[in-house]
Amino acid sequence: MPILLDPQMMRAIIMDHYEKPRNKRTPNDTRYSTMHIDSPNCIDDITVFLLEENGMITDCAFDGIACTISTASTDIMTELVIGKTTKDALYIIDQYQKMIHEQPFDETVLDEAIVFVNTHRQAARIKCATIGWDALENLLHHHHEEK
Amino acid sequence: MNKINPYVLRNDFPMFKNKIKMQGKPLIFLDNASTTFKPYAVEKAVNEYFETSTANSHRGDYDLCYNVDLKIDLARETIAKFINSEKREIVFTSGTSMSINLIAYGYGTKYLTKDDEILITQAEHASNVLPWFKVGEMTGCKINYIPLNEDGKLVPENLRKVISSKTKIVAVAHVTNVLGFIVDIKEITKIAHEHGAIVVCDGAQSVPHMPTDVKDLDIDFLSFSGHKMVGPTGIGVLYGKYALLEKTSPFMTGGGMNAKFDMCGDVTYLAPPSKFEAGTQNIEGIFGLKAAVDYLTNIGMENIRAHEDELRKYAIEKLKKNKQVILYNEKAESGIITFNIKGVFAQDEATYLNSQGIACRSGQHCAKVLLDYLNEVATVRASLYFYNTKEDIDAFVLALEKGGDFLDAYFA
Repeated sequence: MPILLDPQMMRAIIMDHYEKPRNKRTPNDTRYSTMHIDSPNCIDDITVFLLEENGMITDCAFDGIACTISTASTDIMTELVIGKTTKDALYIIDQYQKMIHEQPFDETVLDEAIVFVNTHRQAARIKCATIGWDALENLLHHHHEEK
Repeated sequence: MNKINPYVLRNDFPMFKNKIKMQGKPLIFLDNASTTFKPYAVEKAVNEYFETSTANSHRGDYDLCYNVDLKIDLARETIAKFINSEKREIVFTSGTSMSINLIAYGYGTKYLTKDDEILITQAEHASNVLPWFKVGEMTGCKINYIPLNEDGKLVPENLRKVISSKTKIVAVAHVTNVLGFIVDIKEITKIAHEHGAIVVCDGAQSVPHMPTDVKDLDIDFLSFSGHKMVGPTGIGVLYGKYALLEKTSPFMTGGGMNAKFDMCGDVTYLAPPSKFEAGTQNIEGIFGLKAAVDYLTNIGMENIRAHEDELRKYAIEKLKKNKQVILYNEKAESGIITFNIKGVFAQDEATYLNSQGIACRSGQHCAKVLLDYLNEVATVRASLYFYNTKEDIDAFVLALEKGGDFLDAYFA
């Protein structure tokens, strides 16, 4: 079993990103595109911030009220996509969504995000594990359409 | 008074008899403030309508139809007796939300003006807040708040401090859905009436759990939902003093509520309660609700209240021993227990409880009351009913002892 699939390790990664999120902040910069996302079925209420320059994601952040699962999953996502091309970021998001929905996926691009592989055990929380990812995907698609 | 034996009563409920499991564990249902299980008697009443007595009500020229009318009348009578009202003061609605909206639109927007005021509290459920905001929007009247005491409870003396001749409606819950305090409605109505205001009482969390006597409490309007009192979803009640119902305009118009109308637009409405029951009613719901009321009456509302009180005290005593549990409404009297586990987001705790087969609800409930009185954005709520047992509480308390390891829900 790869080290990341050790349950203790997976817990530690989720708690680490929940307690010390790397990119939970509101950038004070008008160049960012933003998307607010919440759900009538849960408490999560976040905004995702994206800075794309020349087809590269130079920054990604989020802020708001969120549970452990949504905070950690969104924070891990921001780390994964910063420095990637838009195309690569969309591929990563697609693989993550496949994993969450129990379809075959390419784990080589997911890195720490693999800790959410068991989300389906608590089906009511799939929305929490994808809320930030949905927002970013939307932002990236939106950005593409504009160009 | 008779002591309730929940183990015996559980035999009346398919959800218990069918040994329903959640996450592979025996289900422990502590979300009764949201909805409740239905006994076989309710199922039977609903099915009977489908299987042996289907017909529409009103103007039936044949026996099946006539019998439906008789049974609806009997249901109305049963429910009236349950809350000590007159039969003609019982209006069937889809539930508490519709009942309150009916008063807001049919009475509030009709009589209030920009100089008037509606008093509510910060502890009200959205269904007892948003309809009044709408009245404010439509008439220009002000929506003001009766301050709660330091525990988050509505006490009559605080109403006395803010009520004035401008106050026309006082809209408050008899039992609040987050903090679970039982409000002294009798005193509230007394104060309101002294100032010429009416009291619109949200009974969604009180009527299912304790005796309700609208005459003794002198309530002007009372709303409640069938599904929170072992009845079907989609059926509820609006009680109103008859003179007030006569003054209230129908929320909906259509068949079954008009006496006659002509092509010139002259319409005569039927008298209450028919005036408010346009269209074909939720007939199976009405029959199911009657069966639910019969069931509860047979157990005895005093006995239900006593059982929940005993269980609550038992739970609180045990929960207080767990230093990780933050209790927000220790002093409340109802079966509602609101808490968090230190350092754990409410929804994560509720998911962990799910993994243990325990149904609780997390929520922001109402952001304002939580921020002002609890300093928390979200809490977990466990809510009891007569079919809950000390064993349920023991399992709940035991689960919470490991509540800090909430990621077990995903990895254990």
